[in-house]
Amino acid sequence: MKTISAAENTAKQRLIKTSGKNDRGELRGKIIISIAAFIIILATISITVFLAVKGLQAFVADGVNPITFLTSTNWNPTDDGSSQLGAFPFIFGSLAVTLLSALIAAPIGIGGAIFMTEIAPSWGRKVLQPVIELLVGIPSVVYGFIGLSVLVPFIRDHFPGIGYSLIAGVIVLSVMILPTITSISTDAMASLPDHLRDGSYALGATRWQTIRKVLMPAVMPSLWTAIILGMARAFGEALAVQMVIGNVRDLPSSIFDTTATLTSIITLNMGHTTYGSPENNALWSMGLILLLISFIFIMIVRFLSARRRV
Amino acid sequence: MNSKLADKMATGVFVLIALIFISLLTALFSYILMRGLPVISWDFLTEASSVVREGGGIRDQLFNSFYILFVTLVITVPLGVAGGIYLAEYAKPGKITNFIRTCIEMLASLPSIVVGMFGLLLFVNLTGWGYSIIGGALALTMFNIPVMVRVTEDAIRSVPADQKQASLALGMTKWHTIKTVILPSAFPGILTGTILASGRIFGEAAALLFTVGLSTPELDYTNWNPFAETSPLNLFRPAETLAVHIWAVNTNGIMPDVTEIAAGASAVLVLSILLFNLLARFVGKIIEQKLTANKK
Repeated sequence: MKTISAAENTAKQRLIKTSGKNDRGELRGKIIISIAAFIIILATISITVFLAVKGLQAFVADGVNPITFLTSTNWNPTDDGSSQLGAFPFIFGSLAVTLLSALIAAPIGIGGAIFMTEIAPSWGRKVLQPVIELLVGIPSVVYGFIGLSVLVPFIRDHFPGIGYSLIAGVIVLSVMILPTITSISTDAMASLPDHLRDGSYALGATRWQTIRKVLMPAVMPSLWTAIILGMARAFGEALAVQMVIGNVRDLPSSIFDTTATLTSIITLNMGHTTYGSPENNALWSMGLILLLISFIFIMIVRFLSARRRV
Repeated sequence: MNSKLADKMATGVFVLIALIFISLLTALFSYILMRGLPVISWDFLTEASSVVREGGGIRDQLFNSFYILFVTLVITVPLGVAGGIYLAEYAKPGKITNFIRTCIEMLASLPSIVVGMFGLLLFVNLTGWGYSIIGGALALTMFNIPVMVRVTEDAIRSVPADQKQASLALGMTKWHTIKTVILPSAFPGILTGTILASGRIFGEAAALLFTVGLSTPELDYTNWNPFAETSPLNLFRPAETLAVHIWAVNTNGIMPDVTEIAAGASAVLVLSILLFNLLARFVGKIIEQKLTANKK
């Protein structure tokens, strides 16, 4: 009897003891987790705020007219007060490479996704999935290096111009965003319920008719998401593009002409310009444009995911 | 008949696209390896790089890449795992959770050059550190956090709910359950994700261009005191990484063997990342086997 009550007592003590310790542990855990969440929020806000303040400096401190900055093609920074800072050629270059590379990569990427999910669901995916993972793994500088040493000489030999060109940038970017578009589209296609396919086949439709008339409309918002995310990657890619596009400050007159993008001009000139000079500040404004456009891409993706039907 | 023909043609087109993928990958890899492998030698890996002369190696760049990767992981993994735990276990649906998710999405989609610019502003200029390893690691943390958070959240969500319920039913507190039940089961997923993320950090250059700089000071590999000026472990020294080196020699390189160095360095970079991928698969498989064998 005595031993039992003693055991009861120790058990009780232990229970009380552990529960006290656990309460403290619980609180400590909650604090650690909350701090991490707070740091993530802080990081995002500080990126936005710092880049916004620094990016607006060109307009506030140097008196650059925002409209001129966005629309003028005259980029002529000088050290005296008369520099002309029109970023339109770079904005145009960025938009051009983004749209053109999406135009090339989207059909191939979505086609690859359809191959993996509809044409050869078993072995097709087993073969192409690692291929896509490896393509994702190749770093952008390596893409740039290959573009520089294979693509640029090829274009120089077979087409007008000096090789460094808009089209070289577009091709490099298409390859780089291909895995993004393919993997998101594949996930979307694979998540379509089978009864859509079965219903269509039961009505006597061929595979192509099923894909085109039933599956594609159902999965369209997700496919757009894939394309937009691919475009976001193309828009923000810096080094690979910078290595092949030629980096001149003029609007291109053809796809074989040299041009520049926002990212390539930032990459190239950030190190050479004096911190705080008007030209340097203009580069920060371009960084702000990059930031804002990547926000716009996210908004579009959010809008699309709200519209997802299946 | 017509629709059957269309179907056959469409199938042909899709097979063609699959072939494009495979030939693209084969072409890229064989080019990198054919150009790069002949350059790689013991000397290439262990010699310091040279600015003007022929025959420079990539010793410092290789060390810097691994060191920055290590420092980044030390910062990112705890933060990312804690963030993932928050989203998977603590977050209640509501405005704050939504906001955190938006933040993570925003961080994930930031162009890496923008992250580099932010690093230049904050970690290089404002702190007065100049180009430094710690600044580079913090910049890489910015765009690696979303990856780690997502990996952790997915891994935790894939832990069977009955394990957690059993632990809670035994009277364990939530934090204790997370620590002793959920995290160990989620560990393989988190580890695999971390190794894959490492590959991405290893190949990143744009975010590092403005944060760790394009040069490496003279390093003394016998001095491992992290506070010494010439120590490789010094966190406050500039450090050109392998990926940055490839960009720099292609853009500003004046040594006669620019292409060879770039090809060799690219091959080393791609092989390292390939190794990371294989390691991730291998480790994932081994741990999974161990876990399932334990259950028997």
